[in-house]
Amino acid sequence: MRHPRRGGGEAGFTAFLALCAGVSLTFLAVPIVALFWEAPLGEIPSLLGDPVVRDILVVTAKTNLIANLLIIGFGTPTAYLLATREFRGRTLAVTLVELPVVLPPAVAGIGLLAAFGANGLLGGVLKDAGIMIPFTQWAVVMAITFVASPFYVRQAITAFQSVDPLLPAASRTLGAGPVRTFLRVLLPLSASGLMAGWVLSFARGIGEFGATIMFAGNVQGVTQTLTLGIYEQLNGDFDLALAIGVLLVILSGAVLLTYKLISSWRSSTSI
Amino acid sequence: MAILDFDLNVRLRSFDLAVSIGIDRETLALVGPSGAGKTTVLKAIGGLITPDSGRITLAEEVWFDSAAGVMLAPEERSVGVVFQEYALFPHMTVRENIAYGERKGAKRTDELIERFRISGLAEAKPASLSGGERQRVALARALVRDPRVLLLDEPLSALDAHTREVVREELQELLDELGLPTILITHDFADASALAGRAGVIVGGEIRQLAPVAELARRPADAFVATLTGNNLLPAVAGPGRAGRTLVRFEDGQTIAVDRDLSGPVGVVIAPWDVKVLSGDLPRESVPPNALFGRVSALAAVRDRVEARIGPVQAECGVAEAHELGLEVGGQAWAVLDRAAVELVPLDQDAPRMLT
Repeated sequence: MRHPRRGGGEAGFTAFLALCAGVSLTFLAVPIVALFWEAPLGEIPSLLGDPVVRDILVVTAKTNLIANLLIIGFGTPTAYLLATREFRGRTLAVTLVELPVVLPPAVAGIGLLAAFGANGLLGGVLKDAGIMIPFTQWAVVMAITFVASPFYVRQAITAFQSVDPLLPAASRTLGAGPVRTFLRVLLPLSASGLMAGWVLSFARGIGEFGATIMFAGNVQGVTQTLTLGIYEQLNGDFDLALAIGVLLVILSGAVLLTYKLISSWRSSTSI
Repeated sequence: MAILDFDLNVRLRSFDLAVSIGIDRETLALVGPSGAGKTTVLKAIGGLITPDSGRITLAEEVWFDSAAGVMLAPEERSVGVVFQEYALFPHMTVRENIAYGERKGAKRTDELIERFRISGLAEAKPASLSGGERQRVALARALVRDPRVLLLDEPLSALDAHTREVVREELQELLDELGLPTILITHDFADASALAGRAGVIVGGEIRQLAPVAELARRPADAFVATLTGNNLLPAVAGPGRAGRTLVRFEDGQTIAVDRDLSGPVGVVIAPWDVKVLSGDLPRESVPPNALFGRVSALAAVRDRVEARIGPVQAECGVAEAHELGLEVGGQAWAVLDRAAVELVPLDQDAPRMLT
């Protein structure tokens, strides 16, 4: 009689798991469903054609493009250095790179203000040079770069480290210098890992809110990005806020799908 | 002065590597257990690591000199390397792998593809190749720059037993044809003796013995070299015997007399093929001197030879001979240790552990 009893226990446990999963999934799905439900779907094209939204899209695209170029441009060599060289303070450097991942965005915002604000650490020097950063578009770029770059750099370190060290060694003995070795061996072999990292970093950048609103403010046409736009329109045109929300859900879904496609392509082509 | 000369000191995690060798147009094997520092020697010569001190020269060219502060980058050294597991670029085709190192204007790639009979694979990626094919691609790639030194790191260990035999022969022909100073890294003395003229046995970062491969097997300097080269190593105690000979007493009390002068705990070294097997039915009076009586504990046929274990002695004889002698597991036999072939090496207390 042991089997049926145990089977009964098993079935009960499975039912418990299913109940918990049902609650979790419902809780996660309801806001998304509600967003589409409440949003005036038919009017979304015209809402997104609104000059306010157009400003928001331009600011978001511009700031994120610059931020992502900076992240890839500086982040790739940084990650390569951290992945392939042993030096004193390397662990500290890696920790510093990862810190913004766990740092509350509000702390990032106040930190940026403390550094680059008019009365900040570097404020005086910048003022003398005639440079004013807070509440400009550059402040948006810096906020995005600060919070999003760790996602790229961390993944890039892993990607470089996963390349068999004998491959660059072979390249060197075949007459290729360090630069050619990097471009022709390391970069192609870690490309999918770098792509995956960039997708995560891009998503984080688009979603950036806390640090931006503190360091760059919320000025339409200057520093107002998609997320700040939603915040602004909460007390104004709620339908507009919903429309931007729908747009961001679609964008996020596309990002996640891209990430998953890259991941599965990586595991299928790894040797 | 040899063509390639190196004198290297590298501090490794658990020991210091110190190796000094000169190589002419010959293949020199570095044989030793894993972790002995073999690959470190190869990396130092290839310029992939910087030794703590020493000097590496190729003819008149100085590649590394710690005293003079010279350290050429790998791409500045004329060296072809076949890495362990071959390290082919997985994202490139066979042709791209070989052409990668080709000098501008040279037309070596097609020539080598032809030479190594891999034209059918030229557009394939390394992942789809067999072990033997990968090895040929790796060799072709290493030779595309016409290097003046060839370094081979375990070129056969990634292959299965059958392929290995074939590839070993091909490699032997190739090395003869190239006539380059070549260093072969291997843990298998059989590979070394098939491919190299001389071999250095390296353990814990130092060369235990450097000699022609035949001499390593015949006249091993110590217990490690003796077993590495496939010899019997039988623990015994040696002391003065009659007629100026040395009397060697085994653990079971049996004795032999040899011409080597050594006393105390010794290892008796003899190759299995130098042991003559006689029928256990023969009485002691009718067997030659230096015969040991023992139980046959194992018999194995390897091609046209039979390997027999008689007491502690590993012996080898022809299949017909084994049949004639009526050898069978559990039976008894004589193992005659040819006096001329016996070597003695000192054996300290640590020796048995070291041998494993």
